[in-house]
Amino acid sequence: MGRHVVLIEDEPNITEAIRFLLMRDGWSVDAHTDGATAVEVIRDAGPDLVILDLMLPGKSGLEIVRELRAEQGMQGLPVLMLTARGQMRDREMAEKAGVTRFMTKPFSNAEVLTAVRDLHAQAGQG
Amino acid sequence: MASLNVLAFVCLAYVAFLFFIAFWADRMATRGKSAAWMRSPLIYTLSLSIYCTAWTFYGAVGYAARSGLEFVTIYLGPSLVMICWWWGLRKLVRIGRSQRITSIADLLSSRYGKSNLLAAGVTILAVIGVTPYISLQLQSVTLSFAIFAEADPLRGYNETSIVFWVAAGLAVFAILFGTRNLNANERHHGVVTAVALEAIVKLAALLAVGVFVVWGIAGGVGETLARIDASRIGQWNVDGSRWATITFLAAAAFICLPRMFQVMVVENEDERHLRIASWAFPLYLLLISMFVVPIAVVGLDLLPVGSNPDMFVLTVPLQQGQQGLAMLSFLGGFSSATSMVIVAAMALSTMVSNHIVMPVWLRLQNRQASVSGDVRDVVLLSRRVSIAVIMALGYFYYHLSGGAAALAAIGLISFAGVAQLLPALVGGLFWRGATRSGALAGLTVGFGIWLYTMLLPALGGGLLPEHILRHGLFGLSWLRPEALFGIEGLDPTVHAVMWSMSLNALVFCLVSLMSFPSPLERLQGAQFVNVFDHSAGPRGWTGSVAQCEDLMIMSQRILGATEAQAFFQRERMRQGGRGPLPEPTPAFLERLERELSASIGAAAAHAMIGQIAGGSSVSVADLLAVADETAQMLEYSSRLETQSAELSATARKLRETNEKLTQISEQKDAFLSQVSHELRTPMTSIRAFSEILRDAGQLSLQEQRRYAGIIHDETLRLTRLLNDLLDLSVLESGQVSLNITAGTLSEVLDHAVATALAGSETPLTVRRSPEAEGFRLSSDLDRLAQVFINLIANAQKYCDAEQPELTVSASVSGGRLHVDFTDNGSGVPADAQQMIFEKFARVSPERAGGAGLGLAICREVMQRLGGDVSYLQEHGGGAFRVSLPAAGEKAA
Repeated sequence: MGRHVVLIEDEPNITEAIRFLLMRDGWSVDAHTDGATAVEVIRDAGPDLVILDLMLPGKSGLEIVRELRAEQGMQGLPVLMLTARGQMRDREMAEKAGVTRFMTKPFSNAEVLTAVRDLHAQAGQG
Repeated sequence: MASLNVLAFVCLAYVAFLFFIAFWADRMATRGKSAAWMRSPLIYTLSLSIYCTAWTFYGAVGYAARSGLEFVTIYLGPSLVMICWWWGLRKLVRIGRSQRITSIADLLSSRYGKSNLLAAGVTILAVIGVTPYISLQLQSVTLSFAIFAEADPLRGYNETSIVFWVAAGLAVFAILFGTRNLNANERHHGVVTAVALEAIVKLAALLAVGVFVVWGIAGGVGETLARIDASRIGQWNVDGSRWATITFLAAAAFICLPRMFQVMVVENEDERHLRIASWAFPLYLLLISMFVVPIAVVGLDLLPVGSNPDMFVLTVPLQQGQQGLAMLSFLGGFSSATSMVIVAAMALSTMVSNHIVMPVWLRLQNRQASVSGDVRDVVLLSRRVSIAVIMALGYFYYHLSGGAAALAAIGLISFAGVAQLLPALVGGLFWRGATRSGALAGLTVGFGIWLYTMLLPALGGGLLPEHILRHGLFGLSWLRPEALFGIEGLDPTVHAVMWSMSLNALVFCLVSLMSFPSPLERLQGAQFVNVFDHSAGPRGWTGSVAQCEDLMIMSQRILGATEAQAFFQRERMRQGGRGPLPEPTPAFLERLERELSASIGAAAAHAMIGQIAGGSSVSVADLLAVADETAQMLEYSSRLETQSAELSATARKLRETNEKLTQISEQKDAFLSQVSHELRTPMTSIRAFSEILRDAGQLSLQEQRRYAGIIHDETLRLTRLLNDLLDLSVLESGQVSLNITAGTLSEVLDHAVATALAGSETPLTVRRSPEAEGFRLSSDLDRLAQVFINLIANAQKYCDAEQPELTVSASVSGGRLHVDFTDNGSGVPADAQQMIFEKFARVSPERAGGAGLGLAICREVMQRLGGDVSYLQEHGGGAFRVSLPAAGEKAA
């Protein structure tokens, strides 16, 4: 059972930290920095879960989610959004765009792991 | 004895005769064929005799029988006015004609700035004041009917119905006589002629009764005098205060009574008639009062005790069986009553219609008032209704007062009422300081006191409760109606007249002194007070050169010096004259009037030019005062305009400031959000890796080192960020203190390059041209070096060439030193060039180590140093230019 995550994040250090955490938990992690190509990358990779930064070069996380949700077979894909902008308005907009879980930086590693496991389990049931 | 039917018939026939006379006189007048006698002083004098009403005819004898010679005061007052003050009356007549005055209310309103409030107030006062007088006429006619009715076996004697029919009949007469013509200020030849005829009838009747009494009953003059000496009339004490008061009252009423004003001023043909009337009218009064005492004495002797002395003129001939004489006497009394009622009703109805009904109606109808037929109908209807209402008031007064009082007592109440107009009238004629507020205040006070001390007590318990009469208003004894302010023991009439007139005059003067007249009041005041200076010249303007200077002075005050001089200059050129001022030709004056009316309105302009060029009654000083006021108003209004311009400028500034503040507030929100983002990002890495180091076992030493290094780097990034933020905040708030030192450009660049490249792994070649860097600088060199370091560091970060190179060149042009930093990379994309100096702007974040504050700080620093930093487009690569004032020359 190959659990696969696509991570779109422009901060290399954060990417490295998440990759480290998830790989130790048995995930394969496919990391990218560019927002513009993110939708294609996800479509091609067909991951079990997507982790998205909100502010990305090229295309914002919100737009990526909206485009994903508009595509066939992507409606149920769990999307965990991470952002350094933690205002209420951002959370509301994210939920409206179709984000499954919204998490504010800085997060604890345990929180991220729990969220990833939960989302995956829910998607498996649904 | 004549039956009531016969009496009614006689009355109707007499009235029909009067109608005929009036109708005939009117026709003659409209055809322009009126005989000379119709416009003679004789008719004028006779028409003045409406002063002698039923009060004179019946009441004087009663007055004499009750109070002795005091009745003379009623005739003494008007005689004194006619003899000693005819010049004052002449002034009144002149004003009435020149101002086309229709009534005393109109006169007062016109004098006090054409105030309608005042006119309405005077009208109400006059109507209320005259009501007892009308009631007096009703009472006397009713009494005279009753005398005949007592002996009439066929009809039941019913006083109430007689009063009613008398009132209704008089109302109909008055309406028929008084409201045939619309124009109130045209003369009513018919009415005046009829009144003059009635004057002859009543005089003849009274003389006939007198002659009969002296020679027919008493038996000659000597016998009569003997009887008088024997009677109590001869022994009455003369009460000085009552005599003075009543003489004064009669004089005041003679001037102020609306009907007297009507015949004396409105109906006056020619003011020279006053000269004749000034002795002829007192003569008439002498004749009509000559036999009063004999009739009273003989009546008291002949008739049973308790019979009404007011009716002696009628009852003495009846008692003697002189049916014909009695009928003549009855007609005389009827004449006096009808003439008074007709003229009074005519005068009052004009006042009510012009000053109360029409203003209200016009306000209600102000869109359709142009149809003249409408207005005519309304005016006529309102006059007729007013007459009916006035008669009804008289009728109700008769009922309220019980109809039992002596005629003279009723008349004095009326006299005192209308006398309240005297201070405002006389003040208006002779005192230019009298103001509308003063007139209103005086009238109100006088009228109020008159109501409280005279009219209400006379009406009895119905209107004024007994306890007020006894103990004063609110139980305050000094407010007792018949003993105001605790002054007791005075005759009630003297008391009421003294308080009402003196306080009226006092308040009038005080308020006039304290209030300020409007320009119109001032003009009217001058017109009234100086009416004789007015010479009725032709309508067109004529003038002399001397007047032209006055015109110039006045125009300057109104138009302002420059404009007035320009206007006069233009006019002089137009006339082709050589003098300093234009000739005051009619054409010039008309143009000047138009020019002035644009500033101050047509009427004022006409009056002003009329004054100077046409010689009207207003003095130059008056006009200059008016002009000053106008100038003040204009100045005030221009000041207001300035203020309003200032206000709108302030409002615009405030709006702009508000927009700026809103913008700043939005920028602040965006800034905080950015700062939060920039802080959270490194903190995320730090937290993640520190947790990994803490929690995850089995990390290789290499991994541990690497993760600790990341934490270290991110901490440095945070520190840098905070430093930059603080630096920026200090720079933006302007609190930075500059440390100005001297040095050369090359020294600063040396320091900057060394600092920027120290410890950097990225290979960057910096090309400099030392011969161009010898400029002396006097600036904050540390800050300048900070800018240079930032720019070099940017080239390190962003230059995407294989072999990154940075060329630093310096030049001077236009008094400014330019230092250019050009790299060999691809430069900043065109769409990003606009924003690179904004805070947190990063073109390609993946290569940036900082938060995007570097260039923002550079710009702030350069602004503080009086210079600038800008991006140079199409300069081969990324190119920034730092420019600052060139303080020194190139060092040798």
